[in-house]
Amino acid sequence: MFNHLVPNAASYSGEVDWLFWLITVIVGVWFIAAEAMFLWLIFRFRARPGVPAQYVTGKEPHLKRWINIPHFLILICDVIIIIAAVRVWVHIKQTLPPPDLIVRVTGEQWSWTFADPGPDGLIDTADDVRTTDELHLMVGKTYHFKLESKDVLHSFFVPAFRLKQDAIPGRTYTGWFKTQQKGTFDILCAEICGLGHGVMGAKLVVEDPPQHAAWLQAHAHDADMAAMNNPPADSTSTPATPAAAGAR
Amino acid sequence: MSQPTTTHDHHGPAAAHGAHHEPNWFLKYFYSTDHKIIAFQYMFTGMALALVGAFMAYVFRMQLAFPGASVPGFGVVSPGQYNALITNHGSIMIFWVAMPVLIAGFGNYLIPLMIGADDMVFPKINRLSYQLFFLSAVVLIASLFVQNGGFGGAWTAYPPLSANKAYNLTPWGASMWVLAVALEFVAFLLGGINFIVTSMNSRTKGMKAFDVPIVIWNIVIASILFMASVGPLIAGAVMLLFDQLLGTSFFNPNRGGDPILWQHLFWFFGHPEVYVVMLPAIGIVAEVITVFSRKKLFAYRTVIYTIIATGVLSFFVWAHHQFVAGIDPRMANVFTVTTVLISIPIAEMLFVYIATLYGGSITFTTPMLWALAFIAEFLIGGVTGIYLGASGLDIYFHDTYFVVAHFHYTFFPIAIIAVFSGVTYWFPKMFGRMMNETWGKIHFWGTIVTFNAIFIPLFYLGAAGEHRRIFDYHSFPSLATPELQAIRIVATVSLLVMLAFQPIFLVNFIGSMFRGKKAGKNPWKANTLEWTADSPPPHGNWPLDQMPEVHRGPYEYSVPGREKDYWPQNEPA
Amino acid sequence: MSSSTKTIATTRSAMGLPTGRLAVWWVLVSEIVIFGGVLVSYIMNRVGHAEWAEEASHTNTWAGAFNTLVLLSSSLSAVLAHKAASQGNGKKAAGLLRLTCVGGLIFLIVKSFEWTHEIREGFTIQAGGFWSYYYTAAGLHAFHVIAGMMVMLWVANTAAKNEDLHRVENVGIYWHFVDLVWIFLFPLLYIAK
Ligand code: HEA
Ligand code: HEA
Ligand code: CUA
Ligand SMILES: [Cu+2]
Repeated sequence: MFNHLVPNAASYSGEVDWLFWLITVIVGVWFIAAEAMFLWLIFRFRARPGVPAQYVTGKEPHLKRWINIPHFLILICDVIIIIAAVRVWVHIKQTLPPPDLIVRVTGEQWSWTFADPGPDGLIDTADDVRTTDELHLMVGKTYHFKLESKDVLHSFFVPAFRLKQDAIPGRTYTGWFKTQQKGTFDILCAEICGLGHGVMGAKLVVEDPPQHAAWLQAHAHDADMAAMNNPPADSTSTPATPAAAGAR
Repeated sequence: MSQPTTTHDHHGPAAAHGAHHEPNWFLKYFYSTDHKIIAFQYMFTGMALALVGAFMAYVFRMQLAFPGASVPGFGVVSPGQYNALITNHGSIMIFWVAMPVLIAGFGNYLIPLMIGADDMVFPKINRLSYQLFFLSAVVLIASLFVQNGGFGGAWTAYPPLSANKAYNLTPWGASMWVLAVALEFVAFLLGGINFIVTSMNSRTKGMKAFDVPIVIWNIVIASILFMASVGPLIAGAVMLLFDQLLGTSFFNPNRGGDPILWQHLFWFFGHPEVYVVMLPAIGIVAEVITVFSRKKLFAYRTVIYTIIATGVLSFFVWAHHQFVAGIDPRMANVFTVTTVLISIPIAEMLFVYIATLYGGSITFTTPMLWALAFIAEFLIGGVTGIYLGASGLDIYFHDTYFVVAHFHYTFFPIAIIAVFSGVTYWFPKMFGRMMNETWGKIHFWGTIVTFNAIFIPLFYLGAAGEHRRIFDYHSFPSLATPELQAIRIVATVSLLVMLAFQPIFLVNFIGSMFRGKKAGKNPWKANTLEWTADSPPPHGNWPLDQMPEVHRGPYEYSVPGREKDYWPQNEPA
Repeated sequence: MSSSTKTIATTRSAMGLPTGRLAVWWVLVSEIVIFGGVLVSYIMNRVGHAEWAEEASHTNTWAGAFNTLVLLSSSLSAVLAHKAASQGNGKKAAGLLRLTCVGGLIFLIVKSFEWTHEIREGFTIQAGGFWSYYYTAAGLHAFHVIAGMMVMLWVANTAAKNEDLHRVENVGIYWHFVDLVWIFLFPLLYIAK
């Protein structure tokens, strides 16, 4: 749909767009038909002197058709929409293709922190590279992301991937995506999470493996920096670590 | 509780209506048990709060269009204030505008008049209901002015944000918000019992269930939906309040609680709630289009069955608000099926309305214009719901402006368009005078055109990935483009124009109360019973010996072989 | 006097049911979903938290059982009150209603001893998930017991004057409901360990 609006940066973005167009066509036809009929009737049966209204009970078979046939046609359309929607859903949310790499994504008031597996390609090892508000990925790789939250609900939203998932404190959610386009994209937080919700976002950079390696190199010293969290500039009035304050 | 006897003793109803001493104005307008006065109390409170909600929309839309600039009449909007404004805008518009005006306002006014009764069955409970409602409104408004400001966790109030003051930073605002909502629910439970029992039990002689006008059916079914769905959320509100104030751990994940539980309790109510406000609106439209096309409703029983089907289905769709909230993904499939299927009864209902126009003789009075606009606009809101109900697509659209546009295309037709239709239609009955048609039409066109100009752009913004509840998009490069900002400005400017048209309505409304042409009993030549009472109806509605009796259904217009093109329900055959 | 606001609407009965009774049934519908919300939430959580069983073992099953008995017998006197009222014996109905209230009072007294004991032991409402539900569900129920008692005393007063005797039945229906809720709460909070 939104190719010109938002790039198609994950393998399944196109499926979501396709679903959008399918629904647009189906409901669009109905919508236009209904509005056209509606406007025509308004025009055709406007009050004219000497023309009384007809007495129609709605039981006349030739008229009742106009309600009954659409009833079944809509049912058919519904089934098509449901099947298409469930297929896309199952592919994105209910399947987990084997990953090339695993990253950790953690939301907290009000920033995203990420853990990249680092040069060894394994997550939760000493060489993990932790970053705040910036996620670097390699193009053409299948990733699993482990999504967590430290305090309230957040929602990991990557428009270019057509991906969204809420982060829930106390739980870890595992999802997947496969990158397919290089570039810089936005990561947003789509669940209201307090004062700084309006500034909570991060940069997503999808790059070639060599560039990624270079980036890892440059950020090797960032390992274990995740604990440091810099609240956005305009939230100075709040406790530095609301999470800690809340957990007390 | 009251007396179920069938005879009137000497201090019974007769005494109430025969009472000739004029009560003083305070007792008459503020402490009355007359259903019409209570209806006005609800309506006027609702309208006043509509202005508050509209003011909030004005402030935060200005902030969105011109981030950081000082908003005339408010000042600079801080992030905390922005959150509080949208939260309370949503809460007010749904709970303190749509509910009181549509259900309590029209319900109170119309039920006794349309079923030929003198009042509600429990007038005192009715008054208590309004008083509680008023109190809840006071608590809500007060919550905006307490220390640290109003609650800013969205009208859905998801914990842990809403439950823990260390997260939301508004200890007072959050608790008062929950309290206000809970009080409002209790008020509507009391009102609902009255609506249901009155319409079930107090129909006048001869009025069978299928002689009851659609709008009454709808208000009753809406009340039943409300009563059957709000319980868990009342319990949830108590639990949330305890989490906030007593340190319980219902929703606290750090201590074994479950934040998602709240979402289930909220949406188990929240989704039926949207149909709770939709049904009365749809009912109003049914009354108006039949009268002004001089037509029998195309399929009366079908409409009632579709309402019931919608009501029943609405209990099984709630998790479509939670597709990506961390529920079991398999559950999403079930809820996609139920959600998309709800299009069938609603489409059928709308098609019956459209078919009603067939063969009609349509006059374009102000109420009719509003009613027709309702159908045209609501269709947009309805079909965009299907995009969201499709789970695969909702991954992208959830919590974007596409959702915002969807529900304004449903709510605005319901809470504003249908209400304007109902108010302009029953105004002659309520105040005994006609409203000005010319000004009514100017107001109509000014509002409808700008309405579309506000919300169509929001679909586009949503498609571009713009997420909700953001006070300023400058932090997100893909959303901070000049192109998208220009669209935001279009929406805001359209809102300003829409607001500029509203004084026309207010002046017309208040002016016509005193200056309008005298209306007479039945200015629209309608069939239903309220038009057989005086305009405005006195306390008790009809003289005791002239309570109407019913001989036919409510929509017998243009019956062949009759001189008049209407046939009032009470006219003997 | 109250009958000055009594309306014709109140005296009609298009459904063939007395208005008051119809209303009480609808009140119960809304009450059922309120308690349903709490109980379903509790059960879902309880299933997910095996450790709650240990917390639940600190409740006093005997006190709970005794209270169940008290409430059941008070429902019996409510039935008898209805019977007396339908025979037109307002005095007797009033007396039986007051007896029902005494049942409610005993229930509350036992409850308060129980709670004091538990709070002393450190099982406050903040002590954990189970205790949050325990106090909230039972507290909500106790609130209904108190409300029911107040209405009952008021009805007893009018009934003693042989007025509005139909109310005796309506308040009785409500009391049975309060009783029934406890029948659900007792096993869920006390016995399931
Ligand atoms: C009264 C208000 C109202 C009404 C009537 C509706 C009606 C519908 N809504 Fe909407 N909705 C809201 C108010 C309303 N909604 C609100 C307030 C929210 C957001 C809450 C928040 O998060 O703050 C919301 C959010 C919302 C979501 C969650 C979005 C998200 O947050 O991710 C979904 C998802 O399924 C949804 C679906 C639907 C559907 C399927 C209908 C259906 O009832 C629509 C049925 C009607 C039609 C389909 C049109 C007529 C049919 C035809 C013309 C035939 C052709 C159609 C087909 C072939 C299918 N709505
Ligand atoms: C009935 C419901 C209703 C109504 C009518 C409106 C009306 C409007 N809404 Fe609102 N809105 C919500 C319900 C409603 N809204 C909800 C539930 C939310 C979600 C909140 C959340 O996220 O938590 C929301 C959120 C919301 C947002 C998203 C904010 C964000 O996420 O950051 C925006 C943004 O533009 C917006 C704009 C508007 C505008 C411009 C109007 C304009 O149409 C307003 C114009 C007002 C009038 C024209 C009123 C005129 C009244 C009179 C003249 C008096 C007479 C009155 C009667 C006869 C009743 N609304
Ligand atoms: Cu984090 Cu919004
Ligand atoms: Cu919904």
